[in-house]
Amino acid sequence: MSRTKVMNPPVSRFEASPSPLQVYLRFEQGILGTFSIIAVLLIWQGLSTGVFADWLSPLLGDQGASKLWIKPIFISSPTRVVAKTGEMMASGELWEHLSSSGISFILGSTIAIVVGIPLGLAIGWYRKLRYALEPFLLAYNATPQVVFIPLMIIWTGTGMATRVLIIATVTFIPLTMSAWTAVKTADPRLLKVAKSFCSSDYQRFRDIILPTSIPFLLSGLRLGIGRAMVGVVVGEIYAATSGVGYLINVSGSSFQTDSVFVGIAMIALFGLLLTALINSIEKRYAKWRPSGAAK
Amino acid sequence: MNVKLEAKGICLQYVRPRTNIYQTVLEDVNLKVMEGEFLSVVGPSGCGKTTFVSLVDGLIPSNSGEILVDGKVVTKPGPDRAMVFQDASLLPWRSVIRNVTYGLECHKVNGKEARERAMHFIEMVGLTGYENHYPHELSGGMQQRVNLARALVMDPKILLMDEPFAALDAQTRESMQEELLRIWAQSKKTVLFITHQIDEAIFLSDRVAVFRARPGRVKEIVDIDIERPRKLSLKRDPRFHHYEDYIWSQIHHGSGQQIEAA
Repeated sequence: MSRTKVMNPPVSRFEASPSPLQVYLRFEQGILGTFSIIAVLLIWQGLSTGVFADWLSPLLGDQGASKLWIKPIFISSPTRVVAKTGEMMASGELWEHLSSSGISFILGSTIAIVVGIPLGLAIGWYRKLRYALEPFLLAYNATPQVVFIPLMIIWTGTGMATRVLIIATVTFIPLTMSAWTAVKTADPRLLKVAKSFCSSDYQRFRDIILPTSIPFLLSGLRLGIGRAMVGVVVGEIYAATSGVGYLINVSGSSFQTDSVFVGIAMIALFGLLLTALINSIEKRYAKWRPSGAAK
Repeated sequence: MNVKLEAKGICLQYVRPRTNIYQTVLEDVNLKVMEGEFLSVVGPSGCGKTTFVSLVDGLIPSNSGEILVDGKVVTKPGPDRAMVFQDASLLPWRSVIRNVTYGLECHKVNGKEARERAMHFIEMVGLTGYENHYPHELSGGMQQRVNLARALVMDPKILLMDEPFAALDAQTRESMQEELLRIWAQSKKTVLFITHQIDEAIFLSDRVAVFRARPGRVKEIVDIDIERPRKLSLKRDPRFHHYEDYIWSQIHHGSGQQIEAA
């Protein structure tokens, strides 16, 4: 790898301390990102506490300026969300919701991975199996899978099993589709090479198909995670007495806006963490790809 | 010298997709390659050269006729033959050394032995120091060297080469031709070399089989009576031009229609 790196410029350029502009350009992405997050939080805080209304009332008049004060019951505020989070952490309520959602997320997506990926690989590899299953898969993929929720409640009630099932049903299909695509896109030239070197079916699958599919499986997982989180929230709206989705739903219907935002923040953080995890796995498997494609 | 490889009355037809028309790709191809001989097949594109070498490798079956290696009929790929593919077709997720050991892995040669054998051939093709590079980090010529090492490491009796230098630029191609002769002189394999370039065929070969197109069949076999070792300067030699002109006229004579169609 080191061979392809750009050679370092002469050391002397770095001996002089860099100008502030150079420092800024080096970290531009991080600086602008941080700045915009802070700005949004400040505006949010300002709108909910009414400071903008206070500042601008001499200009706009009390009537006009009052439009710049949005009551916390509608939009909460950053400080209230932080306070509420602290409060819920202290009482243990937050952990209860997180663990309940976490368990169903892990179980549901595990089932989706264990069923979905081998299924996709199998229909890609065995033509007859594909012919038999393709109609169902295409129809299933084209249907918003939330339509199956009432059936699942009829079959399994409104407990943990239902939520796990809901998560699995919405998550497995992108995994299956991406695994299937992966097998389809395996390079026929490489399969010919493998055949020429007398590889068995199993060796061809292991040496050609599986390595080809890793990037596809990872992008399938990325999609799947999003689906699974929708599954968590939707499942808990229908069938739960705890969980982050339940928290959002119940707090929303009783105008506890602070708690709704706590729930949203938890879901968003969780999603970011998982995406970062997938990215780091992707980087590990990208070293053999040209740097343009590794991005 | 005994016959190493023989094609007897090979015919191949296939149904063209969508039209249901039978097309004859190869018609009664007969060819003998002697032990240790370097034989090239040259012909216009679409004359079935690549199909022919795939048949010899056992990748596809023929409709009639048979391929014999040491008098035994070939039905599927075997360790007595190894193919050097047209586009290097390296496994992009494997480093150079693991690409070279690939065929050995398929035959369950243990890891240490496989690595030692691979290193020997990596050295032979001049890629020492690049064992741990990935294919995308190599130039086209280097990738073809890996492709060649991957076939040589199997220690096949017959090396099948399917236009291995076709995708390279002119300079790289010529230096690869010279390299190939050096390696061939060391290993003394029987080689069946497919190309569409007349000068490449003459420069490398003991004999050149000229293929006719549509349907593909052997039109003539030309003995190249030029002493070895050969240097690239040979391509300026009058004898070389003589062979070039002759083979060119053989390919083009009476087959203008096929050339156009191709």
